[in-house]
Amino acid sequence: MSAIAVTARPQTPLWRRLLGFNVLTGIVLAVGGYILGHFIGDHIHGSNLNYYSAQAGQNDIAIFLGYLLGVVGFLVGLGFANYPLRRMLGHPPTLAEKESEAHGTLRYFSLSTDHKVVAMQYLVGIGFFFFVGGLNAMLIRTELLQPNTHVFGANQYLTLVGMHGTMMMGMMTSSILGPFANWLLPLMLGTRRMAFPRVEALTFWLLMAAGVVLITTVFWGGFQTGWTGYQPLGGQGTAGFDAYIGFFILVGISMCFLGFNLLATAITMRGPGMTWSRLPIFIWGVLTTAILMLLASPMLAAALMMAAMDRTVQTTFFDPGYGGSSYLWQNLFWVFGHPEVYIVALPGFGIVLELLPVFTRKPLWGYRIAVAGMLGVAFLSWFVWQHHLFMSGINADLRPFYMLSTELISIPTGFIFLAAMGTLWRGRIRFTIPMWFCIAWAFNFLIGGISGVFLSDVPSDVLTHGSFFSMAHFHYTIMGGLVFTFFAAIYYWVPRMTGFKFNELLSKIHFWSLFIAFNATFGPLFAVGWLGQPRRVVTYPAFLQGLNIWVSISAYVLGLSMLVFLVNVVWSQLFKREPAEANPWHSKSIEFQLPTPVPVHDFDRLPAFDPDPYPYGEPVQVPAYAGGGGPAIASGGGEA
Amino acid sequence: MKEVNHFRRFLLWYLATTIPLTLIVVLVLAPGMPPGNGTVQASAVVADNTVFLGVASVIFMAVLVYFVYSLIAFRERNPSVVTEGPAIRGHPQIQLWWIVVTMGIVLFLTAYGTIRLLEGGSGGGQGPNPIAVPSPPAGTKPLQVQVIAQQWQFTYRYPAYGGVETPSIEIPTNTLVEFHVTSLDVIHSFWAYQLNVKADANPGVDNIAYAQTKGPLFFNVRCSELCGLWHGYMFNSGRVVPRAQFASWIALQQRQFGAARRSLPPYTRQYFPTPLRRG
Amino acid sequence: MSGFARRLLGTTIVTAALAAAIAVYIAVFLTASPPSAGAVQTASGPHLYLGSVASAELSDQHPTWVSFYAVNATSTRWTHATTYVLPAHTLVHVTIYQFDSQTGLRNPLYGHATGMIPGTYTVDGKRVQGIDPTTAAHIFAVPQIGLTVPLEGISANAKNPCSNAPCSLSTAHHTMSFAFRTPGKGLYRWQCFVPCAAGFIQGNGGPMQTIGYMGGFLKIV
Repeated sequence: MSAIAVTARPQTPLWRRLLGFNVLTGIVLAVGGYILGHFIGDHIHGSNLNYYSAQAGQNDIAIFLGYLLGVVGFLVGLGFANYPLRRMLGHPPTLAEKESEAHGTLRYFSLSTDHKVVAMQYLVGIGFFFFVGGLNAMLIRTELLQPNTHVFGANQYLTLVGMHGTMMMGMMTSSILGPFANWLLPLMLGTRRMAFPRVEALTFWLLMAAGVVLITTVFWGGFQTGWTGYQPLGGQGTAGFDAYIGFFILVGISMCFLGFNLLATAITMRGPGMTWSRLPIFIWGVLTTAILMLLASPMLAAALMMAAMDRTVQTTFFDPGYGGSSYLWQNLFWVFGHPEVYIVALPGFGIVLELLPVFTRKPLWGYRIAVAGMLGVAFLSWFVWQHHLFMSGINADLRPFYMLSTELISIPTGFIFLAAMGTLWRGRIRFTIPMWFCIAWAFNFLIGGISGVFLSDVPSDVLTHGSFFSMAHFHYTIMGGLVFTFFAAIYYWVPRMTGFKFNELLSKIHFWSLFIAFNATFGPLFAVGWLGQPRRVVTYPAFLQGLNIWVSISAYVLGLSMLVFLVNVVWSQLFKREPAEANPWHSKSIEFQLPTPVPVHDFDRLPAFDPDPYPYGEPVQVPAYAGGGGPAIASGGGEA
Repeated sequence: MKEVNHFRRFLLWYLATTIPLTLIVVLVLAPGMPPGNGTVQASAVVADNTVFLGVASVIFMAVLVYFVYSLIAFRERNPSVVTEGPAIRGHPQIQLWWIVVTMGIVLFLTAYGTIRLLEGGSGGGQGPNPIAVPSPPAGTKPLQVQVIAQQWQFTYRYPAYGGVETPSIEIPTNTLVEFHVTSLDVIHSFWAYQLNVKADANPGVDNIAYAQTKGPLFFNVRCSELCGLWHGYMFNSGRVVPRAQFASWIALQQRQFGAARRSLPPYTRQYFPTPLRRG
Repeated sequence: MSGFARRLLGTTIVTAALAAAIAVYIAVFLTASPPSAGAVQTASGPHLYLGSVASAELSDQHPTWVSFYAVNATSTRWTHATTYVLPAHTLVHVTIYQFDSQTGLRNPLYGHATGMIPGTYTVDGKRVQGIDPTTAAHIFAVPQIGLTVPLEGISANAKNPCSNAPCSLSTAHHTMSFAFRTPGKGLYRWQCFVPCAAGFIQGNGGPMQTIGYMGGFLKIV
């Protein structure tokens, strides 16, 4: 895993190096914390509370306290408490986490404030949970092979559906911002670190803790609500729903912190010459996403805490019989949930527009309109959430407004397409693997966007709402939009990050099988929805079995395609290990001009930037940025 | 050497592919789309989907043909050498036209949807005070049917027939049916597929949706909002039958569930049954 | 080459560990389903005996949850089964020993029995069309075939109530008997409509939402 040459490894035995603040200690303290929390919860006395938990045979308070202390223990074990405590005791500020563990593989398993290490941690950690979520999808499709014979029980099926959705929406939200924004932002902005390096590390470890919390749901019987966690159904759930709440609260905190860290970095730490109109378009995608993350995730955390209080201390926020409302959860959840789907889409826009100039050898076409598109999407995403409640009977007279606001979003989204299409025009298009993924993004997102018309327009939404049609639609936008650009980013930047290139043949097999299987899987689901199969059902009419079998088989091919990717990663990054060229794509962006490996401190001298972010199409010598012994100040465009 | 006019070529390709495709979609494919023409609302959604599919194919093909054309026409023919393309950074007029055209499409779709929605509610749930009320066929009165969702079955109450409640549903032909959808526990969604009615069932809420029946029809009802363990099994079927047949059916229900009717709460638009909370 | 060997070892160990974790996940959690029980053959055809109790066995994973059990005719042998295997297109007699107390129905409609032959059933030998909805303890309902059998609960001041399964017939109980014709082959779910899951919101969580307690399948073969 370690791409950076090992220098001066301390000659202490392995067991000695394992003692200390690292993930092992974290796990030990997490288990201890959980047991302590559960113990305290079991001994909290209160006649009413005890009455219900005794009747139900479960103690939600103990589980929540267990999760809380478990996570605290995990973070303490990783060493997150050291720095604040030392500062409180009067010690001077340090970046000890970055410097002392700067070498060896162990730093990937402990608290590191090097943004490049955190990025690799994110990539592997999120990748792991991506595969867990994907495995759930395979099992869902296995169950749906037959209309009314069950491979798994109805409980377990719903838990699979819930875990798949929750894992993907919670984890994959950070799948581009976590690895790629963390790795690229300081480099692209010309600085040596993020604004809050320890917070950066914290967001990652919180996310890992969250993933484990969600998996523990299987020990408490799972949860039956899907990723939307609708109340009061969630309130009825067994203790498995506590895991859902715990997971999403941790994800919400992680997202919020990630958002403000990226935002603060981009606002305050731009190098000389890096004006707002010079920012690479990827950074604009990151920025707009970060704004949404920062503002939306507290809403999620608040709603979840209300649900947790309903379950533990007998409040009735969502119980209509006692003055609550089932609409309340739907509103709170979707005020978070709709910006969330743009949180997932916007980084993809950034990646596609960042990569297209490189592979068409042209400047980005319509930089300003692309930025306006991203800002417009981010802004409008706050005004559309009630289209999830079109059939619910709340504010029925406002439906034309939400119809308008929802469809207005296609205008700024159209700007992104316009910029992409303009960049292709008369370019010298080079078909590399990342380029193919960008092209696939355009195709998928186009279908996703157009199918959205049938959901956003109320008259046709009556037929499609809550059916497999809407499921196919959001897989086209989220999987087609996020996962494809995620892979584009992996094939484009990871060789730069690790220093080893991917196997070309396996990469090609991965792309084509993924693209074909993806469309073969989700395309027919539009028809399945139109023909009357609602989402999240464990049975369906027998006449839909043919289509469902087709979809399941395609889904298996999709899964196999992901395994090809996994083999590719393991083979080319761990075993074959062909050193990557410094700049295989002939990119003119700064991250490809730095020495290999990128030093821990990134730059010897901080760079100053050229006014043009995309100096393609002109005979510009790429400026040699600091670090490689070249001039510290980038030469101006066209002068060389 | 004469410069190839790429834009004209693209336009020709676009028209040549899109015009036939759109005609096939609009004239052949879309009118046969589900959920059929069993009710006025079902016919309406088929018509709406025809319009939207027509618009969709025009837009989809525009982008698709553009991409395919560009990828073929502008591919690097000699990838071993890096050759820079032209440094075009934008075109204000194209950008302006793009905004105008997309805005026009969006406004058309919204206006069309709004008008169609206000004509008769499109079969969707409109909450307790609907404004888009279709007018019943001449000489008939609307029939109220209350849909009571509970974990995990729909039951139906007919206030015009003494508030009788039954686990099955039949409705008469050529009638405006006013569904009052409510729930006794969690959120469900009443989806009568062939009627093209969909309305969420929220506890303590009266959600009204309309369907205007035509001839006799068999229809499926499914719950389309995840409501717990047996969500996938929460379905039944109903029939639209001639009035005389409906009258004898409802009389049978009144006989069969007459005794049960006496223990039911009085008919209201929403229920707060006890024990709603903890056992 | 030792670096290569170490990576190979590491990859193998990680792969094996993940494969084992996946196998355990699928085997333990996903395929966990309650056992099934069949009907007893009698002179009048197949006969299914069931018991419903306030709390499952003390050794059960959830000893506080209400539950159905398959029992024998004398209620002496109890199996925690909620999948009942019955022959297709056959008249099946069912006897349910009901040991739980009264909860009352959320929707009183289910106090009215439907779907059995000859349209009525017996409670403690008395032929009835339904029960007072407020006295219901559970319902044995198969909505797909329209079968609804309300089960009367024992009164609050009954002597000698049974707390946990297994319950002997000497403890307070009601006996419900009915017959119904099974449909064609397939899986039909059955459930309870009484909000009987004590401690859960609306009485509908826990045992009501977990197969193996207040819900299961009729497996018609």
